[in-house]
Amino acid sequence: MHNLSIKELSALLQSKKISSVELTRYFLDRIQKLDAELNSFVTITPELALQMAEVADAKLAAGNAHPLTGIPMAHKDIFCTDGVKTSCGSKMLDNFIAPYDAHVVTQLKALDMPILGKTNMDEFAMGSSTESSYYGATKNPWDLKAVPGGSSGGSAAAVAAGLVPFASGTDTGGSIRQPASFCGISGIKPTYGAISRFGMISYASSFDQGGPMARSAEDNAWLLNAMVDFDERDSTSLKMDKVDYTASLNDAIKGLRIGVPAEYFGEGLDPEVAKVIKQAIAELEKQGAELVEVHLPNQHLAVSAYYVLAPAEASSNLSRFDGVRYGYRCENPQDLNDLYTRSRAEGFGAEVKRRIMVGAYALSAGYYDAYYLKAQKVRRLVRDDFTKAFESCDVILGPVAPTPAFNLGEKTDDPVSMYLADLYTIPVNLAGLPAMSVPAGFVNERPVGLHLVGPYFSEAKILNVAHQYQQVTDWHKQTPEWIEGGRQA
Amino acid sequence: MSLQVSEVKKIAQLAAIAVEPAEFEVVGKKLSNILDVFAQLEKADTSGIEPMAHPLDQTQRLRDDLVTEDNQREKFQVIAPSTEAGLYLVPQVIE
Repeated sequence: MHNLSIKELSALLQSKKISSVELTRYFLDRIQKLDAELNSFVTITPELALQMAEVADAKLAAGNAHPLTGIPMAHKDIFCTDGVKTSCGSKMLDNFIAPYDAHVVTQLKALDMPILGKTNMDEFAMGSSTESSYYGATKNPWDLKAVPGGSSGGSAAAVAAGLVPFASGTDTGGSIRQPASFCGISGIKPTYGAISRFGMISYASSFDQGGPMARSAEDNAWLLNAMVDFDERDSTSLKMDKVDYTASLNDAIKGLRIGVPAEYFGEGLDPEVAKVIKQAIAELEKQGAELVEVHLPNQHLAVSAYYVLAPAEASSNLSRFDGVRYGYRCENPQDLNDLYTRSRAEGFGAEVKRRIMVGAYALSAGYYDAYYLKAQKVRRLVRDDFTKAFESCDVILGPVAPTPAFNLGEKTDDPVSMYLADLYTIPVNLAGLPAMSVPAGFVNERPVGLHLVGPYFSEAKILNVAHQYQQVTDWHKQTPEWIEGGRQA
Repeated sequence: MSLQVSEVKKIAQLAAIAVEPAEFEVVGKKLSNILDVFAQLEKADTSGIEPMAHPLDQTQRLRDDLVTEDNQREKFQVIAPSTEAGLYLVPQVIE
């Protein structure tokens, strides 16, 4: 059951071979049985899930249900969910019961997709391993010694372990694609502005973008159909033409021009990962795609620019957490300043504090031009590289991350080494382009993801290429053995 | 680069985050490592390049100046650390 696609689950529900309540119970049982080991959920909401499943069943019985109705899902704990704890992985929001729904939550509630719970994440989405969560690290279902990636590591691990068919994620510097790569699932970050940020707790607003995380490209297409929408309440929401992302999945890719940037296969890339990616590209060539050499000469500057801009935006966004209106407040504040500074010192974890301080520094008098403005100019250079590259190709392919999942604890003492692991995903966020990770093989029995990047609004093309790849490969259908047999890794 | 203790104090103040004096050195060292990553930007030739704030170069959408939110004070104050008579309570500011 947990290996079925969204399309298959939908068919079972629509033909009444299974009820949403049964399906919801099935996944809740799996969470109960397996998540003590994985820690992919921060909060489990069985009552809410079953209540929603009953409503779904009523609509299915009446015969007027949406294709996604009744399919259980989970939200990354960054999406405000009315009446449910929304912690963002932080002690700061450990007591925060959201008083409203994020737009994405509203959209999927309207389709009666039962919410099983909220998934674990790096604190305030700042991290690449889910180890900075106040609730402890999530483990990678493929190897319990490995990180699941981050920041949407809980969502990735839960989908990979078959605890839920689909979970929401967010991607500011790679936080959907890198955990999807590390956990062997499929996840897409659409064009910046395609999915509403309303009620998605802000980290770096000019980069933050929500998206689905599921087993296959086809699953993602179904979900994107439900999630892409203009939202008045998000000031950077885009008015896009309505696209059915499933319509072009089966188009032939003969003549597709695949851009392969030399910069993606340079220093720092694990040669075994390079081999996997090259094999994946060869697989698409067999289907009639053509390789084109492209260049992204400013790619190496992206990580530096991102770590100026994202912390600068974070230092502003996170100023709202002051211990006054909601969230953590320190004991016995001596005065107002003590209340602010100690609530923040005690409520935020080390990495979040570092990024707020780095951001405050980058924006401070005397440094603004040298850092912030300079980084914004570099951001344009990085974007212009992509624009130029897409004049001669339809998609760019490469690795999502330079290595497969690293070990828990391996990079926690060295923040900069953690930052550098996002060198392939970050440029895409600077440019605001759509991009996806799909499973392409294994290195040392840990999954490796293929990175597909397209021009603005090319989600349908990316999903089409990914789906065609998944027609001739079965990496996305594989599951960790111990999960199936119930035996420990 | 290496941040001085005085700079770490200043940054902590700007960030409104209390840092214990015993932590100044360690915090300063980790921040300095991150600032070293910034240094790479200096090498980039950005002459004549406009700063980019939005990926699609869009500007902020405007709307009519109308009230769009309902008053939900009671609902929002349920989760506040300390309230009284509809107000948020903080330590005394003026003696």
